[in-house]
Amino acid sequence: MPDTPSPCLLDAGQMEVHLQRLCREIVAAFGNNESLALVGIRTRGLSLAERLAGMLQEILQKEIPLGALDITLYRDDLSELAGSPIVRPTEIPFSLKGHTLVLVDDVLFTGRTIRAAMDALLDHGRPNRIWLAALVDRGGRQLPIQADFMALKLEVPLDQRVSVKVKEIDGVDGVFMETRV
Amino acid sequence: MPSERYLFPHRHLLGIEPLSPRDITALLDQARAFEEVCERPEIKIVPALRKRLIVNLFFENSTRTRNSFEIAEKRLSAEIINFDADTSSLSKGETLVDTAMNLESMRPDLIVMRHAAPGAHALLARHMKASIVNAGDGAHEHPTQALLDAYTLRKRFGRLEGLRVAIVGDIRNSRVVRSNLWLLTKMGAQVTLVAPPTLLPPGLRDTWPGITLSNDLDATLPSQDAVMMLRCQFERGTGAYIPGQGEYARFFQLNAARMGRCRPDVAVLHPGPINRGVEITSEVADGPNSLVLQQVTNGVPVRMAVLFLLCNPHGEQVP
Repeated sequence: MPDTPSPCLLDAGQMEVHLQRLCREIVAAFGNNESLALVGIRTRGLSLAERLAGMLQEILQKEIPLGALDITLYRDDLSELAGSPIVRPTEIPFSLKGHTLVLVDDVLFTGRTIRAAMDALLDHGRPNRIWLAALVDRGGRQLPIQADFMALKLEVPLDQRVSVKVKEIDGVDGVFMETRV
Repeated sequence: MPSERYLFPHRHLLGIEPLSPRDITALLDQARAFEEVCERPEIKIVPALRKRLIVNLFFENSTRTRNSFEIAEKRLSAEIINFDADTSSLSKGETLVDTAMNLESMRPDLIVMRHAAPGAHALLARHMKASIVNAGDGAHEHPTQALLDAYTLRKRFGRLEGLRVAIVGDIRNSRVVRSNLWLLTKMGAQVTLVAPPTLLPPGLRDTWPGITLSNDLDATLPSQDAVMMLRCQFERGTGAYIPGQGEYARFFQLNAARMGRCRPDVAVLHPGPINRGVEITSEVADGPNSLVLQQVTNGVPVRMAVLFLLCNPHGEQVP
């Protein structure tokens, strides 16, 4: 059962509109000339990447390779976690070489996840370039990392948590703000 | 997804006996992520245990287990010390606890130990802050071997529950068999032990009431999904329990004729090293049903999973 989060920053319909816009921005930036591929950061970034890949395939009329990245093994705070999470496999079923990659995450916050994701990606090969798409940029960066594509840019106080929910996992689509416990 | 809430609760891996089915599943699931790392075309190393110090403490010879652990440690970017009992103070008369305290004062994060005495690991675990991994203790347990066997079986059949597995041969002297019995029965597999009466120690069914015991390999084979052949441990005195290798082979060797009695898709496992021509023929060991080399391959990601889950902080502690 989903929590009762409040307030709602984006409802399901607005989230869909924003994803469509992200998709159009990606198309506008790369046209049909680049060999484009998406990599979603598990868990919710992957759900968003799956949807974006579907939309892109419809617009560009070509197969968009899609990969899944679990960044846990590359986290810089692994030894400070409150337990050992079960890491799921990274699945990149295509060669990164020559691709323009769009890395997809749900919320961009400190930038540490993205730093870890880039380390993980580069262990798999050498893409032409990596761009970053995030549904929400909530501010609070601790590393010099910025999103190239984002739907919503906010400055959220550190004691608040922005959470993206997707129906594949949470049963509901939307972006919510919660007070951290 | 319930697995997101689960945290591995153990600080040591002394055996399979203390693990719950949930813990076993977590270890096997975790190994899948490391299998991906091991199969990468280029960089097969992740920084997950960077700056962690692991000591490999081997009081008994074991080239393959030790190599497998060492590869697993390197693939996790751990720092490694190999402590060879032959060249150590043990040969000068130091006790195990003294050796342990000396190691402890160098603050290792984890110790992988093989020792002939079944209680040695628990003793070390009581004296040290480091996590202890049992890499084999006499004829008691060899938990990572059982985990890699289970991983191999689960990968092949997609499940362990309900799987019919025969474990054949030197039950008396095998440490692999005890860990496998714990693991397979906890996970709901149907286990049959097949051996001459002299190699079936009494009391097995007191510990594992659900298992079947047999002296007849030919009758057992047709119903099995997997056959796990054990090495005749001649160095542990197995020769005294059997009339001769030829006679043993006549009734308990897995050969081409006996493969004809098995299901066509039967999986053949062997923990190695193989006595070719004794418990198994080369034809079968190298044949299409053999998963022997896959077991070796799977040993690395399974051991990576063990090291990773023990080296990181834990949820609710279970001793």
